Amino acid sequence: MSDHEYTPKSKVGKWFNDRLPLLTLANHLTDYPTPKNLNYWWTFGGILTFCLITQIVTGLVLAMHYIAHADMAFDSVEHIMRDVNYGWLIRYIHANGASMFFLAVYIHIFRSLFYGSYKSPREIIWIIGIIIYLLMMAAAFMGYVLPWGQMSFWGATVITNLFSAIPLVGEGIVTWLWGGYSVDNPTLTRFFTLHYLIPFLILGLVVLHIWALHVPGNNNPVGIDIKKPSKDTVPFHPYIVIKDGFALLMFMIVFAFFVFYTPNILGHADNYIEADPLVTPAHIVPEWYLLPFYAILRSVPDKLLGVIAMLSAILILAALPWLDTSKIRSAVFRPLYRQFYWILVADVLILGYVGAMPAEGLYLLIARVATAYYFLHFLVVLPILGFKEKTLPIPLSITEPILGGSPNLATVKNKESLNK
Amino acid sequence: MKNFFRILFLVIIIIGFQHQTNAAEKIEYLKTDWSFKGLFGKFDRAALQRGYQVYTEVCASCHSMKYLSYRNLAEKGGPEFSEEQAKAIAASFEVKDGPNADGEMFIRPGKLSDKFVMPYENVKAAQAANGGAYPPDMSVLVKARGGGVDYIYSLLQGYEDPPAGFNLDDGVYYNKYMYGNKIKMANQLSDGLVEYSDRTIASVEQMSKDVTTFLMWAAEPHLEARHQMGFKAIVYLIILTTLVYFSMKRIWSRVETEV
Repeated sequence: MSDHEYTPKSKVGKWFNDRLPLLTLANHLTDYPTPKNLNYWWTFGGILTFCLITQIVTGLVLAMHYIAHADMAFDSVEHIMRDVNYGWLIRYIHANGASMFFLAVYIHIFRSLFYGSYKSPREIIWIIGIIIYLLMMAAAFMGYVLPWGQMSFWGATVITNLFSAIPLVGEGIVTWLWGGYSVDNPTLTRFFTLHYLIPFLILGLVVLHIWALHVPGNNNPVGIDIKKPSKDTVPFHPYIVIKDGFALLMFMIVFAFFVFYTPNILGHADNYIEADPLVTPAHIVPEWYLLPFYAILRSVPDKLLGVIAMLSAILILAALPWLDTSKIRSAVFRPLYRQFYWILVADVLILGYVGAMPAEGLYLLIARVATAYYFLHFLVVLPILGFKEKTLPIPLSITEPILGGSPNLATVKNKESLNK
Repeated sequence: MKNFFRILFLVIIIIGFQHQTNAAEKIEYLKTDWSFKGLFGKFDRAALQRGYQVYTEVCASCHSMKYLSYRNLAEKGGPEFSEEQAKAIAASFEVKDGPNADGEMFIRPGKLSDKFVMPYENVKAAQAANGGAYPPDMSVLVKARGGGVDYIYSLLQGYEDPPAGFNLDDGVYYNKYMYGNKIKMANQLSDGLVEYSDRTIASVEQMSKDVTTFLMWAAEPHLEARHQMGFKAIVYLIILTTLVYFSMKRIWSRVETEV
């Protein structure tokens, strides 16, 4: 942290700050030098913080009215929807909030992939991010079980059964997870407990994620190291605060549209049918944000290997800083990587699509090709690309691409404002 | 701004995928104008009241609606019967209550606070009376079916003679819109089956529309409040976003970078 020494002005402030340097922290956060060329893809960190807080606050209110019991869970959700004041609003924000959270996290992750934000010296930020993402999936999955609808029940059955693929101890582990011989009340109560716990773990990790970020500072679209503070940076407040705020408001408009006008479109109709262990739904599908991994799971004919493939698909991301051998961060200066990046984006979208389809015929074939390509991208393309690719010349500073070329009116304006 | 549209594009792609998933079985449902669709969508009060009539006179003999209370019938955003009407409706049902001071269960007339009386004591009794099929609870039925209101509306009018060679067991009927075309509910609606007090002609189409509207309200009793609040919230957000946008431009004008 390159901050100058900070001393509070007031006596009380100084007294307090000597004992607990909260004011120093606040000062660091407001002054935090941020690259001034960050584009809107960088606003999703703030948006994600908003999503987490929204989920925690709405979740707290829901937990006050929800009953974690196999016989009463579905009824209590309907009670929330009908009789609790604005319960429908709270629940729809929470349910759609999960989808919005994942939408934002996927954009955040793919931004990182495009601009090479995971590379040295930001590996720890990246790995913490992957752990947060894993925990988010766990929280979302368990949250989807709580209304105790058909998809809740059967989704829980399918996913927990994956553990039975572990040799020798698999069956025992599944029984242990269920707290019985099938998904039932003990499963529901423990899922509720964990669903309540995980967001706070995520919150803690988010603090570490931001802390780790504030050591090297933000990456930027040019992907070069910059001096901080310098002409290349702006203080976090008010520049980034207002920009993040603007982006957040745009995001909230989309969010509000879902909550108020199509609150159930991202969920599955079957989850409005109360769980029935004797009736299996025609198609068991997870929520949209888990579909790519579901597709990978189903594309492998062997159960154990399928589970391994699915887990590796996520864990491989943690090794990304070492799999990508290129020294250049930003895809802007990597013409070949840029192409492969968009192929990967398409690949993941295709996986998501086939994940929602029955695993048969053409869909299965597509899923297999897409799965193979997914791993190929990380295990073969990225390591080789770092050696083979001819990268474009990178500028020495953020201001350089602007200063080079024809005279720029904007720069003139800047000089004037500096004189003021 | 450009980026915002890209994000929007992504959202649309995802919804597109979702849509495709739901439309796995490609059947064209019958279409009708629903008053509750759209930004300002509201329920048609008269349709809700007629729909309630169809429900009680036709559906309620087999289908429960366990999450609704009689008081809901008089609440804002619903059929909006007057409180007296709702009380009278409630009183026309017999509710088992108790135990009383003597430890015995007793039957009394329904009150506003009572839940809709169920046609059967339990699921088993319902199955026993219906050839093994359980008539699903209709409280959230509209939300529990892929096609939603269009599906229910179509299903009610989808009874046909089976195509030649289509095997039907006893007590199973052919329905164009049912998954697998086999349904255990016989065709319930016929022209003039109920007598509407507002003199609307009770055609099958009319009754289907009315009862489906009623079911939509039953599943989403706060739909009107949601639409109203949604409009206000989004207008508010757009105004605030515009203000913040200009503030942002102003603040960033001190730096040469474009935002």
